[in-house]
Amino acid sequence: MIQSDIHGETPHVGTQDDDLIQLLTVTGERVHHQTYSSRVAHLDTEALEGLYRDMVLVRRFDTEATALQRHGELGLWPQCLGQEAAQIGSGRALAAQDHVFPSYREHGVGWTRGLDLRKVLHQFRGEDHGGWDPAEHNFSLYTLVIGSHALHATGFAMGVQRDGDVGTGDPDRDRAVVAYFGDGATSQGDVNEALVFAAVNDAPVVFFCQNNHWAISEPTERQSRVPLFRRGSGFGVPAVRVDGNDVLACYAVTQEALERARSGGGPTFIEAVTYRMGAHTTSDDPTRYRSRAEEDYWRTRDPIDRLRLHLVAEGTAPEFFTALDAEADAYGEQIRDYCRSIPKAESSRMFEHVYAAEHTLVESERAWFTEYEAGFATEGAQR
Amino acid sequence: MTLTDTPPASRAQAGRRLSTSKAMVEAIAQEMERDESVFYLGEDVAAYGGIFSSTTGLLEQFGPKRIIDTPISETGFIGLAVGAATEGMRPIAELMFADFMGVCLDQIYNHMAKIHYFSGGRVKVPMVLTTAVGGGYSDGGQHSQTLWGTFAHLPGMKVVVPSNPADAKGLMTSAIRDDSPVVYMFHKGIMGLPWMAKNRRSIDLVPEGEHVVPIGKAAIARAGSDVTVVTLSLSVHHALDVADTLAGEGIDVEVLDLRSLVPLDREAILASVAKTRRLVVVDEDYLSFGLSGEVVASVVESDPSLLTAVRRVALPDVPIPYARSLEYAVLPRHDRIEGAIRGVLA
Ligand SMILES: Cc1ncc(C[n+]2csc(CCOP(=O)(O)OP(=O)(O)O)c2C)c(N)n1
Ligand SMILES: [Mg+2]
Repeated sequence: MIQSDIHGETPHVGTQDDDLIQLLTVTGERVHHQTYSSRVAHLDTEALEGLYRDMVLVRRFDTEATALQRHGELGLWPQCLGQEAAQIGSGRALAAQDHVFPSYREHGVGWTRGLDLRKVLHQFRGEDHGGWDPAEHNFSLYTLVIGSHALHATGFAMGVQRDGDVGTGDPDRDRAVVAYFGDGATSQGDVNEALVFAAVNDAPVVFFCQNNHWAISEPTERQSRVPLFRRGSGFGVPAVRVDGNDVLACYAVTQEALERARSGGGPTFIEAVTYRMGAHTTSDDPTRYRSRAEEDYWRTRDPIDRLRLHLVAEGTAPEFFTALDAEADAYGEQIRDYCRSIPKAESSRMFEHVYAAEHTLVESERAWFTEYEAGFATEGAQR
Repeated sequence: MTLTDTPPASRAQAGRRLSTSKAMVEAIAQEMERDESVFYLGEDVAAYGGIFSSTTGLLEQFGPKRIIDTPISETGFIGLAVGAATEGMRPIAELMFADFMGVCLDQIYNHMAKIHYFSGGRVKVPMVLTTAVGGGYSDGGQHSQTLWGTFAHLPGMKVVVPSNPADAKGLMTSAIRDDSPVVYMFHKGIMGLPWMAKNRRSIDLVPEGEHVVPIGKAAIARAGSDVTVVTLSLSVHHALDVADTLAGEGIDVEVLDLRSLVPLDREAILASVAKTRRLVVVDEDYLSFGLSGEVVASVVESDPSLLTAVRRVALPDVPIPYARSLEYAVLPRHDRIEGAIRGVLA
């Protein structure tokens, strides 16, 4: 592999263990943290089993979608494989009224918002532009232009502020907004500008950065000379670095950040250190730029395995796992059937919603198109 | 296809058959060897070789100081290229998709394109902005536009759009050597990528060694006498296919490949239309306020009596849908091109 390091020695961003918040080790042991342990103390065995189930079912969804793409049923699929703890841990800390701006691989967060993930398939099958109503789940549509939504999230949060839904002390009213983006996105002007705006406005927004070590083929070292969370201080934004494969730690730090936002304390930057275990998308071949050894190393840090080890040690019965396997299998079948049954888009739909109100140009082109298509019908009839 | 169907430029010298992407890379490599000041920067252009193979192998040949992976920061790295160009370098900056012009347009049209003018000609910005354009693979309206009409609308930069391997090489050479900023727009569907729809015209003869195609000169891709099809990029391939089909019915179609939008070769358009009197413009950009209107207006302004019939085949003014069936309906493909040709002949 080519070493594209033009600076000589670069710090390996995201592997030092100083400052990394962790509550559950790789081998499934709980560790005490003086600030954060109390935030997960209320999670009993049932709650932990719930988080485990979330992660297993989201992984099954993701794996099925990848297989569907390989079978030609989807055009493209961006996997969340390996990032389940970051997404489920942070997502389960959200309140119903909080609002999420995802990037494009936040299927796990969507799951925690009550979104029927099968709706995500419509877009990637090439049959719909979006697929769900953001207002219904407080979960916006996926964003494909990197980093652009960090500004949308900040603007949204400033709207929340102006609605007076911050710092009232009413737990059902105060609202936070979360922008999810990747390590690569931190270089985008929009993200930096969003941090500037959020900081000076005390916007109730949480910047949740999943540092999965790669931006397509570029390692995090191409984006930063310092661990990403250190950027927060330059903007005056409190920042924290968390083990992104530890579902409990992700839950705890996100909960703290959300509380700060909702109470009027302003934004937080979270760097969740995780790993993109799959390809960037199904069109990518990671063997061109990263080593098998690196992938193997991260396989030993799988977010699901460590919670399983913990549950087993704490006495969760084997029947729980067997039942969950069966549930995942049934879910997989539903996903496959559903995907193949997604209806074809009707061609007249292309003229809808180009503008909020009727527009003469679009209408005349719609009329032309309708007539054009009708021409084929008559032609066919004549043959 | 016989050799006589290829544009004269591609037959200038004997060559080997290369894909468009390989031809483009060959020009960049030859210019980088010839001129130390040329370097390439963009996202995933190093180890990956460009997500549409625009830089395959260049990292191995020139190393990471000249083939530079940038952060995802288009405003940042295009602005950086502008600065380097004013210092005397000849940067090539790659905007992964033309659709992303929105995140960096200020650097493109206010700085790259205007510094020379506002410096009274004292400061040159000899850079190339490469960018991938076009649809046909269900990538939706934020990854499938051509937008060349938008770039061509803005003064201060040249715009070239090759349609075949030989021109991809020759126009790249010219773009790098030009002292003005040049936007070089390559269609994903002509690059010869294994994962795009098969396109037999995306691999063709390319002259070895130095090959220059002048900016601002259109090419007659197929000579004919009954009707003129003015087009560019992937649509040239479709138009040639249709012309082949119609030839069987005795309809003789002339296909004019514009190759450059700025400057636009109006003379070539007028010369062809003067011969055929019938014009079809095929443009994979939006219908309104774009290239197709510009071509027709150019003809009519020059001589209102020249044309007996004219049709435009372009994208309707809607975002490009993800859905394959809808996307193929909006794209200017064979059936609509054929319909328009028959229309002007009727
Ligand atoms: C403005 C913009 N530039 C480039 C791209 C192409 N692109 C898509 S994903 C990606 C990498 C993103 O990396 P990161 O932010 O780390 O997120 P990850 O994919 O790892 O989750 C790039 C460069 C894009 N979609 N938008
Ligand atoms: Mg990443």
